[in-house]
Amino acid sequence: MQQLLSTTLTGLTLGMVYAAFALALVLIWRSTRIVNFAQAPMAMVTTLVALQVIDAGAPYWVGFLVALVSGLVLGAVVERVLVRPVEGKAEINAVILTLGLFIVLHAVAGLVFGNDYQSFPAPFGLSGFRVGDLNVALTGFGIFTIVIVLVVMAALAALFRFTDLGLRMRAAAFNPEVSRLLGVPVGRMLTIGWALAAVVGSLAGLLIAGGSLVYPSYMDSVVVFGFVAAVLGGLDSPVGAVVGGLLLGLALSYVSGYLGAQLVTLASLVILMLVLTLRPGGLFSSASARRV
Amino acid sequence: MATSSALPVRAWRRVWSGTGSRHLLLALLGLLAVIVYVEAASDFRNLQFAAFGYLGIAAGGLTVLTGLNGQLSLGHGAFMAIGAYTTALFLDDGSPVVPLLGVLVVATLVTVLAGALIGAAAARLHGPYIAGATLALAVGVPGIALHFSDTLGGEQGLGVVAPPVPVWLLDLDYFFTGRDLTPSRYLSYVVWVCLIVTFVLLANLSRSRVGRRWRAVRDDDVAAEVAGIHLGRARVSAFVVSTACAGLAGAVMALVVRLTAPGGYTLTLSLTLLTAVVLGGLGSLWGALIGAGLLSYLPQLATNVGESLGLDQTRAAELAPLVYGAVMIAVILLAPTGIAGAVRALRARRTARAERPPPQTTESTVQQGEMSR
Amino acid sequence: MRSMTGWPKVATTAVAVTAVGALLAGCGGSRPSDGGGSSDPGITDSTIKVGAHFPLTGVAAPGYSEIPTGAKAYFDYVNANGGVDGRKIDYTYRDDGYNPTNTSSVTNELVLKDNIFAMVGGLGTPTHSAVVDFLNQQKVPDLFVSSGALAWGDDPDEHPYTFGWQPDYEIEGKIIGQWVKENMPDAKVGLFLQDDDLGRDSEKGVRQYLDDQIVATARYTSGNTDVAPQVSSLASKGADLVLSFNTPSYTALTQLTAQKLNFTPQWFYSNIGSDPALVGSLLSRFSEGAVKGTNSALDGVLTTEYIPGVDAADNPWVKLWQKVWDENGGDGELTNYRIYGMSEAYAFVQALKDAGPDPTREGLVKAMEEDMADSDGPQLAPFRYSEDSHFGISGMQIVRLKGGKSEPVTKVLTTDVGDADIDEDDSGQADDAPPSSGIPDKS
Repeated sequence: MQQLLSTTLTGLTLGMVYAAFALALVLIWRSTRIVNFAQAPMAMVTTLVALQVIDAGAPYWVGFLVALVSGLVLGAVVERVLVRPVEGKAEINAVILTLGLFIVLHAVAGLVFGNDYQSFPAPFGLSGFRVGDLNVALTGFGIFTIVIVLVVMAALAALFRFTDLGLRMRAAAFNPEVSRLLGVPVGRMLTIGWALAAVVGSLAGLLIAGGSLVYPSYMDSVVVFGFVAAVLGGLDSPVGAVVGGLLLGLALSYVSGYLGAQLVTLASLVILMLVLTLRPGGLFSSASARRV
Repeated sequence: MATSSALPVRAWRRVWSGTGSRHLLLALLGLLAVIVYVEAASDFRNLQFAAFGYLGIAAGGLTVLTGLNGQLSLGHGAFMAIGAYTTALFLDDGSPVVPLLGVLVVATLVTVLAGALIGAAAARLHGPYIAGATLALAVGVPGIALHFSDTLGGEQGLGVVAPPVPVWLLDLDYFFTGRDLTPSRYLSYVVWVCLIVTFVLLANLSRSRVGRRWRAVRDDDVAAEVAGIHLGRARVSAFVVSTACAGLAGAVMALVVRLTAPGGYTLTLSLTLLTAVVLGGLGSLWGALIGAGLLSYLPQLATNVGESLGLDQTRAAELAPLVYGAVMIAVILLAPTGIAGAVRALRARRTARAERPPPQTTESTVQQGEMSR
Repeated sequence: MRSMTGWPKVATTAVAVTAVGALLAGCGGSRPSDGGGSSDPGITDSTIKVGAHFPLTGVAAPGYSEIPTGAKAYFDYVNANGGVDGRKIDYTYRDDGYNPTNTSSVTNELVLKDNIFAMVGGLGTPTHSAVVDFLNQQKVPDLFVSSGALAWGDDPDEHPYTFGWQPDYEIEGKIIGQWVKENMPDAKVGLFLQDDDLGRDSEKGVRQYLDDQIVATARYTSGNTDVAPQVSSLASKGADLVLSFNTPSYTALTQLTAQKLNFTPQWFYSNIGSDPALVGSLLSRFSEGAVKGTNSALDGVLTTEYIPGVDAADNPWVKLWQKVWDENGGDGELTNYRIYGMSEAYAFVQALKDAGPDPTREGLVKAMEEDMADSDGPQLAPFRYSEDSHFGISGMQIVRLKGGKSEPVTKVLTTDVGDADIDEDDSGQADDAPPSSGIPDKS
């Protein structure tokens, strides 16, 4: 019972982190039809920048803000300078480009910030609490994680559904030519999409880092699991990203606790293949996702 | 004199215009080049050359899948792992029961089985969903070795002992060169003969009806289906062919590396293959070879340049991935059709007035919009 | 048939090209002679080349990438003081990213291109496994492998050129197991194991003594940073003493996870994971309200020690390392990783001196087997090197951490793999001090 509860709660928190990461991928996918493999190292860089700020004596929340703002800037710059030339070209070019950026950011972070472990503070407590005899493996920071990811999900869903900006972003991604004719500033929409996605990615980076260790590769496992979560959910849907993240987080936590940690990566493969065999476009795919 | 010199020229053209014989001729020339290099180079250069070779084999297979058939795979390293582990199970001590050729064939076949299974599942998927599935494959398959650690050696992996050089080859080599064929040279030969055979088969296949079907499915699956092409079958067959290459590449890689462990088959390997294919020029076997060569030699080169610039060894080591990543970005931005594509464009421009356009073995990029379907 | 007329010409070219190739190859250089003598690769009258492979980039780089900087600082110190018998040590370390494929290729480079005389301190079990056969085939002395796996020492016939360094994981498990059995007979023991040779060999040693006391075993996979399922399974089975065989980052992670789960057993980390300076400083940032720099986060934790660490600033060896680092080190502070590298480098210089003024590879191996066992050095217990065993340091001391420093709980205990008894060390190895020059003399 105790173990089931702890494993579930850990899976839940972890799933929310995957969800945050998947949300960022969904955002870029919806705005540019590109999968950004450099998402993780971009978040790693902004998190390490935040750590510099905090180490210099600033309060946690200032660092938090700095990470988000530098994410915004980094996302916009990356889109304008690197991604713009490959937009609308073969998908694989964007894949290789973002992979190249992945490697470069890693190397740069190693050169600038060093390769050592550093601890990243958390704004809330890191102890679980007790209810009677039961340990509840949920920390203050864990609760914060869950709440903030749900808020971001709702905000993104609202952005795409209810706002003019969201509509334009979707249009720009879906059919740039027609959108341009209709007066949508396509370029600006794409930049905004990347910038917002990088902010959400930075947030995911902060959530993983909080109360744990950071170093240039600390996000590497999230690259895979976050992407798998996004694909599970259907890549097009913020709600799908969160559901996919939760599903994956819980499932992997159970596998790790009851079957063995060595099976975690294999389990993510099996889950993904199962879901995609039943629903080739992910859990929350819309019917229009396939042309045939 | 005029006729006697015209004869070979005409004969040459005949050979050149027949696809099969042209590929054979290129293969023979390639083999000669390999022999010259292997015999001239040091043991170290030969082992490096062998590493270039096994990357090339896998990249050749991947370029068929991604370039000709339009399916993205981020997980071909996993198939190399399957080939490598099969080999390691046969060659874990110095007394192999099966001859090397048999081991390579079995390793390839085992990989093909896995490839058919995954390919059948992947054939239903599109764009990022294939990417996601194959990404999970790349990280998931090494987990099998961790789970069955009694058989597959767990994290520590399985040692691989390459079988001794066959006596007839030792004799043959000694006859021509007057010295003993070292194990490194032998491995280099094994890898590169495998590569040449693979590339001839792939080149012929891509020019055949099968290859045309693959391209048709890539360019427009609806039209292809209307024309009577079975989409699933075309996709699965391309997947199977390319995993066969990955399996063979993994098998010879196991021989060269001398150990097969999960740490050698991480996501990095899969992404390296994909990068090689795109840098060289997607869909072109030459491109795959160029890309594999670039990625095999670049990290070491960057480290050495860094050291000669006076960086300490740790910093110089960090320079390698930086250069590697920067080259990837630069090629995509400056030469989006890859190095082979850029060369081809250059040559096309220069020989624009020639009587016959240069042979277009392959298309250079995947059609736009593959992912957005 | 006309198309065939092209072939003879090609064939002629083929023969010509092959002949040229053979000629080129023939001129490529002379084969190294097989005999010993000073003609061994990598050694001249003024230099001796040594090399190693380490993860300098990637996931395993934090911490481990500091080891070669320590070794390099010590070699530079020796070189600045005249070298070894007039030879400067030329130390090359290459990055393998903890990937056996890369280890294989950088080792090819070190041995076949750089022509190193010996490999010193190559790191990691899966990585070094990829090259151990090759090094022995090439007769390259492969000294002080930075890993506690059994494979480096248990079979000198199979690997005559390879020597271990640190106490292997099995004897560490034995020493910990026996101590717990004698001193905490009622403890319900949980094992937290890295899922590779570290966990496996240690478990084997521990179970020799504690099989009945173990109530739970949890294994984690390196790279998977979420260990809550493992720690909570230990908690739910009622473990009140956790023996943990993991790397330093997982020490921090298990502590953080235990805090989250309100799990407060007695922790006993094996040497590899305890690094009190590193882990303590990492954890101290999380303990709110604590005074910075006190490193009290690991107070009360048990661990083992086989060389003195940075916390023992007054130890004569640590003083030497501090001096070496101040004079020859690069960026950053002296850390336990760097001390580890320096200790290996010191042992190598010792072995080189023992091999005589004109060392050969054979001679170096012979010196390792014959003279190194009782040589002075930072190690608390003697080496086990002999013709029959290439295992490294024979034992360790159990210590308790307090305020970031270690306090001895036992004397230095020595043993060997298998059924060998565990004894208190009476060789005085722990009490020696470095020579004033800081460079070992011939033993």
